[in-house]
Amino acid sequence: MTMIGLEIHCQLTNLNSKLFCSCKANYREFKINENICPVCMGLPGSLPRLNQEAVKKATIIAMALNCTTPKKIAFFRKNYFYPDSPKNFQITQLNIYGDTSVGGTGSVMIGNKKIRITRIQLEEDPGRLIYEGSSSKNQITLVDYNRAGTPLVEIVTEPDFETPKEVRDFLNILSDILANLGVADPSLEGAMRADANVSIEGGKKVEIKNIGSFHDLEKAVHFEITRQESLHSRDIEIIQETRHWDDKRKITVSSRSKEEDLDYRYFLEGDIPWVTIDPDIKKKLQAEMPESISSKKERYVSKYNIPEQVADVLSSDKYYSDLFEEAHTESNAKEVANIITTELMGLVDTREKREASKFTSTHLRDLADAIQFGKVSRNSSKNALHEILKSGKDLSTIISELDLGNVSDVSELSEIITLVISEESQAVEQTKSNPQTINYLVGKVMQKTKGKADPGLTLDLLKKQIGV
Amino acid sequence: MNLKISALDYIQEVKIGNISAEDFVAKTIERIQSVDDKLHAFLSINDKAVDQAREIDKRIKSGKKIGNCFGMPISIKDNICIKDSKTTCASKMLENFIAPYDATVITKLKQQDAIFVGKVNMDEFAMGLSTEFSAYGPSKNPWNIEYVPGGSSGGSAVSVSAFECIASLGSDTGGSVRNPASFCSTVGYKPTYGLISRYGLISYANSIEQIGPLTRTVKDSAFMLNLISGIDSNDNTTVDNKNEDYLSGIESGIEGKKIGIIKEMIGDGIDPAVLSATKDAIAKLEGLGAICEEISIDMVKYSVAAYYTITATEAGSNLARYDNIRYGYDFPLEGYEFNSYISKARRNFGPEVTRRMIIGGFVPSAGHAGKYFLKALKVKSKLTKEINEAFKKFDFLISPTVPILPFKIGEKIDDPISLFLVDINTVTANLTGKPAISIPFSNSNGLPIGIQLMADSMNDKSLLQAAYALEQTVNLPEVPI
Repeated sequence: MTMIGLEIHCQLTNLNSKLFCSCKANYREFKINENICPVCMGLPGSLPRLNQEAVKKATIIAMALNCTTPKKIAFFRKNYFYPDSPKNFQITQLNIYGDTSVGGTGSVMIGNKKIRITRIQLEEDPGRLIYEGSSSKNQITLVDYNRAGTPLVEIVTEPDFETPKEVRDFLNILSDILANLGVADPSLEGAMRADANVSIEGGKKVEIKNIGSFHDLEKAVHFEITRQESLHSRDIEIIQETRHWDDKRKITVSSRSKEEDLDYRYFLEGDIPWVTIDPDIKKKLQAEMPESISSKKERYVSKYNIPEQVADVLSSDKYYSDLFEEAHTESNAKEVANIITTELMGLVDTREKREASKFTSTHLRDLADAIQFGKVSRNSSKNALHEILKSGKDLSTIISELDLGNVSDVSELSEIITLVISEESQAVEQTKSNPQTINYLVGKVMQKTKGKADPGLTLDLLKKQIGV
Repeated sequence: MNLKISALDYIQEVKIGNISAEDFVAKTIERIQSVDDKLHAFLSINDKAVDQAREIDKRIKSGKKIGNCFGMPISIKDNICIKDSKTTCASKMLENFIAPYDATVITKLKQQDAIFVGKVNMDEFAMGLSTEFSAYGPSKNPWNIEYVPGGSSGGSAVSVSAFECIASLGSDTGGSVRNPASFCSTVGYKPTYGLISRYGLISYANSIEQIGPLTRTVKDSAFMLNLISGIDSNDNTTVDNKNEDYLSGIESGIEGKKIGIIKEMIGDGIDPAVLSATKDAIAKLEGLGAICEEISIDMVKYSVAAYYTITATEAGSNLARYDNIRYGYDFPLEGYEFNSYISKARRNFGPEVTRRMIIGGFVPSAGHAGKYFLKALKVKSKLTKEINEAFKKFDFLISPTVPILPFKIGEKIDDPISLFLVDINTVTANLTGKPAISIPFSNSNGLPIGIQLMADSMNDKSLLQAAYALEQTVNLPEVPI
């Protein structure tokens, strides 16, 4: 049986500051080496000061993934030399001297399958290496420490996955959960990274590192299974090792450095006293936790009668479900859900597009109401949405500027209908034998009004004039 | 001008206008210039010290609010960061390191208008007890310059003892404040762990070390403690002492107090002169109404081994950052791969630091931790238990600070084990987090002997009271320099 386990690192991007100093957790907006201080640079004499908010956020994650949470947590030093690590040790957590990591065993469901979580630990991200120079001869390594000290949670799973597809599904679900908790924005570049352990029946465990995206992770796991199966079929021993994902060639390559042989000499970080997380704090955190994705979905279906598939899509994405929550009323909920899932998702499908757009929940509410009260046709609403995303003007301005409002003036509409009846005498005749034909005439009226005729009113007036 | 006054006397004299800060600081700098060639207490001198003192005089004259130090000249061990000045840890590894920030204790002393006359010598990265392991050469004992001043805060003790400043800040990981205080006949104070912020103190073994004052009198140590103790948001291990005033009630005496004499600290290997001084101190304390009684602390015999195992482990990690990539000394990076660069760059560590790095890489490593590091932690916790038990019965524990007299420079440098054993009486306070003080008590053939008192955690105030009582029984000769 193929067994795959994951180690997922997720930055707590929604925190204000780094794990042990007051530099920004959101280092992305800074020029190189400008988001640093004596603490995150590990300067002589500096000491870490624990960001209590990070402990809370990590605890929330542990609770959301059904993990046990210990009464007291401790931090350890993981000692190794690497240029991206300013202290040449990383402050992290460890369970070998008792359960002192922020999260213990837990589980996540993917469909009907249970994936067990081994532990969750809170730790610091290292800096970032930048390689310059084309050949190994003139290659230089530059270090940007802006990221050093960014709060990370490491989520370790049991080897419960059997296929690359399960891995991918799990990561999507996990990423949705983390976003929904408001602790992280996994869509930010580098905010969520994963390593995988792969072993097949009769083989040893192989660790794959350096995988840039979830998409590549699925590929890397797939490649590794194929590689191991091919070795196995030829009776070649599969050795326990660490392999790196070669992004260009899309293959895994054996790491020359023997990372499995490294001795990290873990010991307690004396500069950070044990942190007690008493039951009251946990209760409070539990109470403040955002509604879970599954509970949202359930509510959308039962309360607003939104189709299950639509509710599923809507609830799992924090951006859209937040929009929904803000825009919807008792009466327009279905329409709001409809606009989001059929129109909006296609238009703002990337972070950049979302950030560039001037769209707000007020726009969404106005639009849904306008459709429901017949002020704009569904057809015109698409044009209005495009214009909103572009200009950010309010809906009523856009309707009047682009003349998108429904024609609902009886005399104006009657004139157009009279014209259509005279042009389409044959169709008018047919309506008497085949009542469905009237829809064709409604379509003609729509054509003449560029889709703006109030459909209900048009039908009424047509019926009256033809006399059916 | 009399440079030989205490901190409290200095403040009094400045307040009533008998002396000016500028005169005093200028004379102090002159004194340093005249004696430090011989003593080598200082690694760098603050060339703005006299100007800073003049500014303070101006503010005093114009009636402005002035800090409690009134321009008092203080020396600082070179492992405590002062913004924009060199902080070398007496190592070639940090030859060019200029601290970009102030340690918390420095910030506090600046607010109190102290003047830092210079940074003082130490064993490299505070590893040693003779100041012979300074990469910039040893300091000399002002009582006899052929002898070591103790260490690692040797420069601090020498500068106070030889009147090159009024007080000094050192750091104490296993006795590094108390040992040189004892060898140079000054007061040396190691507070309860967490009482003084370590932010800006360059770590050696962070879980047990503290900054501590070296002063002429016990009252001066209490005064310094008032200025630099207390909770600090930059050091998560600090404790709240609720702005305790350690000077108030310091003359309360020790009548009726119970004092335990630690048997293991006056046993084998103790110098007869030290033993007789200790007995004398006990008699003096009894004369003041204290009740003294012997006690055995079994774990003391393992304490030095545990101490070196734990400190080497922490040092191995704390000193890992010195890879010369971000700061350090002049050694260009180009042309090296990372691992070969750092192994070359790190050869700038001296022999004692290198020895402890090697031990520190070994004792906590996989396959050996159980035999060494974890066992050392066990000793630490058992020792703490025994000491806590002792403090249920006793108010204080007494011993000589160091079981031997100061030794000659070079005498023990090639015998690390016998050097390590000199720490036997001081490491217990560090391993257990308790406050301890060394009080100048006696003199044997011109070499000083200090007595150590230890108290339970957060009993710093009563410890200073006991130390003050003992200090009053002493009459010592003047330093011959």
